[in-house]
Amino acid sequence: MATQEEILEGLAEIVNEIAGIPAEDVQLDKSFTDDLDVDSLSMVEVVVAAEERFDVKIPDDEVKNLKTVGDAVNYIVANS
Amino acid sequence: MTAQAHQTAQIKPSTGAQFSRIHGVGGYRPVRVIPNSEVLNWIESSDEWIRTRSGITERRWAGPEETVAEMSVQAASKAIAMAGIAPEQVGGVIVATVSHLKQTPAIATEIAQRLGCGTAPAFDISAACAGFGYGLSLADGMVRGGSAEYVVVIGVERLSDLTDIHDRSTAFIFGDGAGAAVVGPSDTPGIGKVVWGSDGSQADVISQTAAWDTAFAKPDAVNGAGEETKWPALRMEGQTVFRWAVWDMAKAAQQALDAAGITADQLGAFIPHQANMRIIDAMIKALKLPESVPVARDIAETGNTSAASIPLAMERMLQSGEAKSGDLALIIGFGAGLVYAAAVVTLP
Repeated sequence: MATQEEILEGLAEIVNEIAGIPAEDVQLDKSFTDDLDVDSLSMVEVVVAAEERFDVKIPDDEVKNLKTVGDAVNYIVANS
Repeated sequence: MTAQAHQTAQIKPSTGAQFSRIHGVGGYRPVRVIPNSEVLNWIESSDEWIRTRSGITERRWAGPEETVAEMSVQAASKAIAMAGIAPEQVGGVIVATVSHLKQTPAIATEIAQRLGCGTAPAFDISAACAGFGYGLSLADGMVRGGSAEYVVVIGVERLSDLTDIHDRSTAFIFGDGAGAAVVGPSDTPGIGKVVWGSDGSQADVISQTAAWDTAFAKPDAVNGAGEETKWPALRMEGQTVFRWAVWDMAKAAQQALDAAGITADQLGAFIPHQANMRIIDAMIKALKLPESVPVARDIAETGNTSAASIPLAMERMLQSGEAKSGDLALIIGFGAGLVYAAAVVTLP
């Protein structure tokens, strides 16, 4: 199972690829929408890519709760 | 006749063409252009927001004279002319639509009659944004099965009639128009296996807000006591649709390629349903489509015209020279149902 650091690193790569945001800006305390400017559709792409990469299911209802990068990392750690 | 004769009597098989292909395509775009600036009169949004979320800059909305039948006849006449056949040779007219608001009779019979297709069988199908692909699959079967020599498949919508202009998630998306294709016999395969299907477990994801009987017989049930009857409209859960479209539909598109024995680099065009530019871009990534393959982006000026979007986009790509006759095109439609249909076709 991937560690929190590995998941953060992987997520940063995904966010970089999809939304063009520098990977180093993707930190645990950053909000996807407010800080990283990831809009709702890009968020869906990020989620789908994360599901693939970390072998985890993130239902639509859950996506709403993933406000920060840390929320996403914690969800993946707990569910993968 | 003896009992023995009864048992051995055999129905004479119906045989058609060995292969089928699209012989002609035609479109009709309503006269009235609705730019984003006009949509902003109805919803709190911005031109930039609409463009970044959907890629749409303007759409066409039909006027009173541009009925479902009228737009269909215009589009199909062009397709029949391009096919170089006489209307009397058409042995079937299939109309895919979700926005012909008079259920009975099917609008296809009036269209067939106005096209001069004699007594050809004519019927409507309801498969939303996959309607053109569903119609294509039926037409292919009819031509190869011997029940028709040529079949006209029409995708036509007046989605403006089912748009809640104050719903900020859908008001800017939908457009009107018609696209048609003539399917007929071919010496070589021109329509690959149609990969199609449905998922009724997601029926609520895109739907009409209320059934007509609910809306009109018991208006209070929809609107609350004392309010006026509210005209039903189309609503959708955008993010759920986006996820399904990008992920599952890229897989269906790949299956259509595999079934046709074609690789992405052999394509001369990718013509997905024009639902949203972001879906198109994401599908290209998911499919790993080579940059050399031209992609239909008709949505920018046409909006989402549901069943009409693929033939309209196909016509535009051929007219603009982005794609040419004989090229292989991957088409995929997907929408309310949920339903989908994908295939590789040879462009007319």
